[in-house]
Amino acid sequence: MVSKETVVIDKMGFHMRPANNFISAMNKYTSDITIDFNGKKINGKSIMNIMAACIKYGSHITITCEGEDEQQMLDEAVKLIESGLE
Amino acid sequence: MKTLRGIGVSSGYAVGKAIVIKEIERDLNSAVYTTAEEEIKKFQDAVSVYTKNTNELIEQLTKTAGKKNAEILEGHLVMLSDPFMLSQINDSIAGGNTAVKATDSVCNGFYDMFSSVDDEMMKQRASDILDIKNSIIGILCGDKGVAIEDVPKGSILIAKDFTPSMTSRINRENVYAVIAEVGSVTSHSAILARAIDIPAVLSVKDASSLIKDGDLLAIDGSKGKILFEPDQKTVAEYEKMRDRYFEEKKSLTEYFGKPTVTKSGIKKAVYGNIGKPEDAENVLHNGGEGIGLFRTEFLFMDRPSLPSEEEQFEAYSTVAKTMGEKEVIIRTLDIGGDKAVSYLEIPREDNPFLGYRAIRYCLDNPDIFKVQLRALLRAAYFGNIKIMLPLITDLNEVEKAKKLILECEAELENEGALFKKNVPLGVMIETPAAVLIADELAQIADFFSIGTNDLTGYVMAVDRGNGKVSKLYDVQKPAVLKAIEMTIKSAKKAGIPVGMCGEAAADSALIPMLIKWGLDEFSVTPNLILKTRKEICEFD
Repeated sequence: MVSKETVVIDKMGFHMRPANNFISAMNKYTSDITIDFNGKKINGKSIMNIMAACIKYGSHITITCEGEDEQQMLDEAVKLIESGLE
Repeated sequence: MKTLRGIGVSSGYAVGKAIVIKEIERDLNSAVYTTAEEEIKKFQDAVSVYTKNTNELIEQLTKTAGKKNAEILEGHLVMLSDPFMLSQINDSIAGGNTAVKATDSVCNGFYDMFSSVDDEMMKQRASDILDIKNSIIGILCGDKGVAIEDVPKGSILIAKDFTPSMTSRINRENVYAVIAEVGSVTSHSAILARAIDIPAVLSVKDASSLIKDGDLLAIDGSKGKILFEPDQKTVAEYEKMRDRYFEEKKSLTEYFGKPTVTKSGIKKAVYGNIGKPEDAENVLHNGGEGIGLFRTEFLFMDRPSLPSEEEQFEAYSTVAKTMGEKEVIIRTLDIGGDKAVSYLEIPREDNPFLGYRAIRYCLDNPDIFKVQLRALLRAAYFGNIKIMLPLITDLNEVEKAKKLILECEAELENEGALFKKNVPLGVMIETPAAVLIADELAQIADFFSIGTNDLTGYVMAVDRGNGKVSKLYDVQKPAVLKAIEMTIKSAKKAGIPVGMCGEAAADSALIPMLIKWGLDEFSVTPNLILKTRKEICEFD
């Protein structure tokens, strides 16, 4: 299990399009991904879960990946979020 | 004649016969549970039918309303393929629920989750979920649904709400207008109605019960007015307005997306004036190249206390994001004794227009002013914001405001906040004093914008509301024209851009003069943007 804390810099936060970019990238991996935000645990492969969490710009989140390709998945997740989810 | 009123969200006129779209009442318990495998298959089949239908709608909508508007429906497909949602539905079916019941309860769960968040985008997602739910259940129950695509020519559709899948099935040849009980300028039914260019009136209370199938209605989509059973004279009048509107629109649409350039090749820009964040969409929809005046008073009025920095940041950054690269000129608080904002404790005055207001009040109350400036600097990070100071009469007012901005920058820097430095700071030229010192102001300001409404009143020393003297209130009086000319010349001499954000910027009689003097940017109410551009483009 690997995890890292990061800050959402996408200007719109996790709305439809950025959330879709994110889950599309994450669904390529077999590991599970969890986003810790505001005391909630969010399934990082679920667009509904992510959007409903209403993660706004500037939010601090912790990403945890667990599984065979966990390190690669975590690296890509953090890179995506830090580059603004474009 | 009975009249109903709502919010006019898509302009134009229509006369037609009402067709009320009733929601289908379904008994969700009537479906019989077969086996888990069978129910899951039913659900999956319904999803494939839905996906096929939606893809067809997307293709159609891309043609009629453009790719951007079709994205709403693409979003529905993404949401419906969510593994988390699908696993919940599978679990629910495994637990003994029919496909219909499982869809209903899982979607309702997501609906509650989205609608409990106080955020406009989340509310839209909640209505997306309802739309998906109703479509899937409709397919599972074998409903044909309302055949919106088959309504006869001349129909006016009335519904509680138009979901994206309903709006996208509207055939604009046959549907003359739409009316709904809910919605606002920004809801997607409004956006789509504007994109396919049919009049729409939303937020009409009890419309679907007050209006009956077959009622003859006359509609004004900009005023949000609905007339019941209009007489022949009114029908003729509305038809004439409709035709004139179409013709005018047709002659103007060719100017949409076209650069504003005079015949001799001089580049100008036409911007829009707004009073609320949601009006920014309207500026883009009308072909505006930027926002020349965003009045911030709305944030401060009709409330018991000052708006917080966050609240102001939200409003300013929303506009900045909507406009992207395009310029957004935001005017700092312009409020005085004439506007009842009790918590600011500005006393009533005999002469509020010559009194304690706008920049005078703000500089005296840095605690209040700095909250606005901080919100502006932070919002500037998200777009192309410029700050404009109202009612300037002296150089030191600009200097003082600059100093406060520097203080805000230092504070934000210390806090590690995201913000933009060196946001352009301009002066609204609306007093004779500012005109007389325009040369000096141009040395310290990054731009000018001429506010002709107040400038005319102050130059002519006339109260436009006083009938005995109001004929002196005329922007074409030589003194006012001279003041405008002087301002433009001073800006040109100093090499700073100069715009105009009063009614005069759209005045056909004035446009040729303004071009000749060198005005760079014309900021007008959004529905006059194309007309203004046309007149500028036709100038030799």
